[in-house]
Amino acid sequence: MDRVQKLSGTRVELQMARSMCWHCQSEVAGEYFCDRCVKVQPLSKELDYFTCLGLPRRLRIDPENLEKRFYELSRTFHPDFFQTKTEGEQTISLGNSALLNIAYRTLKDPIQRAEYLLRLEAGSAKDIRNSPPADLFEEILALQDNLEEFRAASSASGSSPETLEPLRNKLAADRDTLEQRQHDMERRLFELFEAWDTLQDQGEAPNADSRKKRELFLKDMREILSNRTYVRNILDDLVVTIG
Amino acid sequence: MARIVGIDLGTTNSLIAYMDGKTPRVIPGRTGRTMVPSVVAVTDNGLIVGDSAKEHLVRDSARTIYSIKRFMGKGLSDVQGELAYFPYRLHEQGGVIRVQIGEKSYSPPQISAMILKELKQRAEAYLGEAIQKAVITVPAYFNDSQRQATKDAGMIAGLEVLRIINEPTAASLAYGLQQRTQGTIAVYDLGGGTFDLSILKLKEGIFEVLSTNGDTHLGGDDFDREIADYFLKEIQAHHGIDLHSYPDVMQGLRLEAEQAKIRLSDELKTVVSLELPEGKGQFRRELTRDHLESMTMPLVERSLGPCRIALKDAGLTPADVDEVVLVGGSTRMPLVRHRVQALFGKPPHCDLNPDEVVALGAAVQADILAGGTTDMLLLDVTPLSLGIETMGGVMSALIRRNTTIPTSSKEMFTTYVDGQTSVDIHILQGERELVQDNRSLARFQLKVPPLPAGVPRIEVTFLIDANGILQVSAKDVRTGESQSLAVKPSYGLTDEEVERMIGESFKFAAQDFRSRQLIEARTEATAIINATEKALHQGGHLITAEELAAVRSALKALDTAKDTEDHKLIRTRIQGVEKATHHFAEVLMDSSLKQALENRKLSELT
Repeated sequence: MDRVQKLSGTRVELQMARSMCWHCQSEVAGEYFCDRCVKVQPLSKELDYFTCLGLPRRLRIDPENLEKRFYELSRTFHPDFFQTKTEGEQTISLGNSALLNIAYRTLKDPIQRAEYLLRLEAGSAKDIRNSPPADLFEEILALQDNLEEFRAASSASGSSPETLEPLRNKLAADRDTLEQRQHDMERRLFELFEAWDTLQDQGEAPNADSRKKRELFLKDMREILSNRTYVRNILDDLVVTIG
Repeated sequence: MARIVGIDLGTTNSLIAYMDGKTPRVIPGRTGRTMVPSVVAVTDNGLIVGDSAKEHLVRDSARTIYSIKRFMGKGLSDVQGELAYFPYRLHEQGGVIRVQIGEKSYSPPQISAMILKELKQRAEAYLGEAIQKAVITVPAYFNDSQRQATKDAGMIAGLEVLRIINEPTAASLAYGLQQRTQGTIAVYDLGGGTFDLSILKLKEGIFEVLSTNGDTHLGGDDFDREIADYFLKEIQAHHGIDLHSYPDVMQGLRLEAEQAKIRLSDELKTVVSLELPEGKGQFRRELTRDHLESMTMPLVERSLGPCRIALKDAGLTPADVDEVVLVGGSTRMPLVRHRVQALFGKPPHCDLNPDEVVALGAAVQADILAGGTTDMLLLDVTPLSLGIETMGGVMSALIRRNTTIPTSSKEMFTTYVDGQTSVDIHILQGERELVQDNRSLARFQLKVPPLPAGVPRIEVTFLIDANGILQVSAKDVRTGESQSLAVKPSYGLTDEEVERMIGESFKFAAQDFRSRQLIEARTEATAIINATEKALHQGGHLITAEELAAVRSALKALDTAKDTEDHKLIRTRIQGVEKATHHFAEVLMDSSLKQALENRKLSELT
């Protein structure tokens, strides 16, 4: 973590799976290719996505820069460019490309990026669950009743548009409320992103105060992300039901 | 590096292309035509492929196979609805459809391999060198089984398939090369049997696919069927004939419908005519473009759903798309162009020949793999989500649709019972919740060391390679050793079957090469003998006894030559018959027996 911070903005030394070239056994000094025999080297399985794309562990990423890095690395690792090489090199190119593609997709989307960062910071033991926002509990219960009622009415034979319409309107109002809610959560999330990045930019050796702040940010982000996923699932359900 | 060719293996037509310096070119056949009809005819004299096989559709429909691509990677239950439309017999063996012709049965990859071989020979004759490596295109929305079946077809044809590439993305490569386009493009690809829509971002030589969607059962074939069905009912109503009892005439109607549809792309009305069986004379009807469009509107509308989903998946609106590119012969229809233009709000591009652009793109990709083109790179996606069956018959997705490939996902497996020695993994593809609503790809049996329940820890890696084809590997986390996996594809040939088919194919290859010209000569001889006999039967009395004797003697000579192995002799004797019947043909022309003449004319075409 700290190492990455020091290197932010400069060329990042990538972690390779081994320090020795798999082919000529010499010490790997090059970035992705062995300096001596020019064979591509496998990326370390432990490599985090930020490091993979040569970016500091920040939540606000310039999409242009991310894309530029992704394209450059794709030109380095894509299997298309290893078709004439040995089977060993082809396998490495395939593995490296797969890792790169997943890393890019994850970091490209701000929500996925934040979820990934939280997993990195807290370890996989604390996977983010979907939990209903505590202050919305009542509303969500009411909404689920409305949903059930609408489904029952629309599947019953002979239900007229007159009986369905008020129910649909009620659900549409719920949808608007939830959408607003999701919007609010995302805005708050981006504020936290900014705060997090600022804290990270202050550099290493954080004092007790900043350590506490850090934990608080992570906790807040985790909570909002899990609430947001919950709200989104309900929204998807709603949109599918009322069309 | 040896030359790599690009092949568009289409539902109705196939093409082969190569890179001539920096320019991709489609390889024409002897007649100059670039398209090879994807039709294989089994005749008494052997197999024939392409234009000459297409002629057999109306003569011997039960032994003439077309649109085989519709059956690639499929089981019989997948195509139940359309079995009635195909004149050849289908059955299923080991989850794979087989086409039954006489005593022999052929899997779809074997039939496709025959088409690939024809293309391979065409390229070898044109380029004067052996061709062993190819890039083959498939619809972007093809699932794993369909891609694997295509790869199998290549292997059976004696080709090393270096890459399976998606048709719309191949087209984008050809367009990108031609025009140095930048920005967001949508490729609308409506071919003979399949529909794809891909949205790409083109930037500095990188072709990044953002999303793709489609329908592997929507294409020109379906349009022809609508038209043919309409006339079928007309014929039934006005002439009281059910053409279902006349498979050859049915094929004639289908081809006539296709031709009428093609003509209506340029004209506002046309005439459909068909010789009816039972001596009921000729069926003639006018067909207008308006009528065609009202019949086929629902099909065109069906293509718009996947367009909207692809846009949504890419997070774009129609206005975000800078250019729309049309690919596939069916996009020549004005109705298709209008609907696409209405959806995207801009006139679509069709600067490159929509029939050839996919093959051209495949040649470009081949050149990238060969190391020739280094400034272009295609980053494609997997069209369907990949997952495994979990408790309660639910699919748990491991890799989401529209993920850039290659990509991978790891899952940890363990045992539930003490001493359990294997774990079954059921792999699925699709977007639905329940296992039964998705496509079953394969079942893997993972070998596990006998240990107390929960102790073994086997990490399984699901990797989708750059072909969009799944590779599965397993590793025992405790020992670090790789574990064996027994694979049973749900809808594919087993490795052993493919091996056997490759063997058979090689056995036949030498023979194919030698007998190819012989087969063609024999087929032509048979057709000429039959047509002449028929003409003699109907109009033999119109010529003198001497002339009749001369014709008979020429016919007998050809008949004898037909059974030899000498194709040159057969050709000479064919000319002999043509010479001997020259005057007879003129006499027939003057007589009222036009019927006989037409048969002969038909035979001359073959």
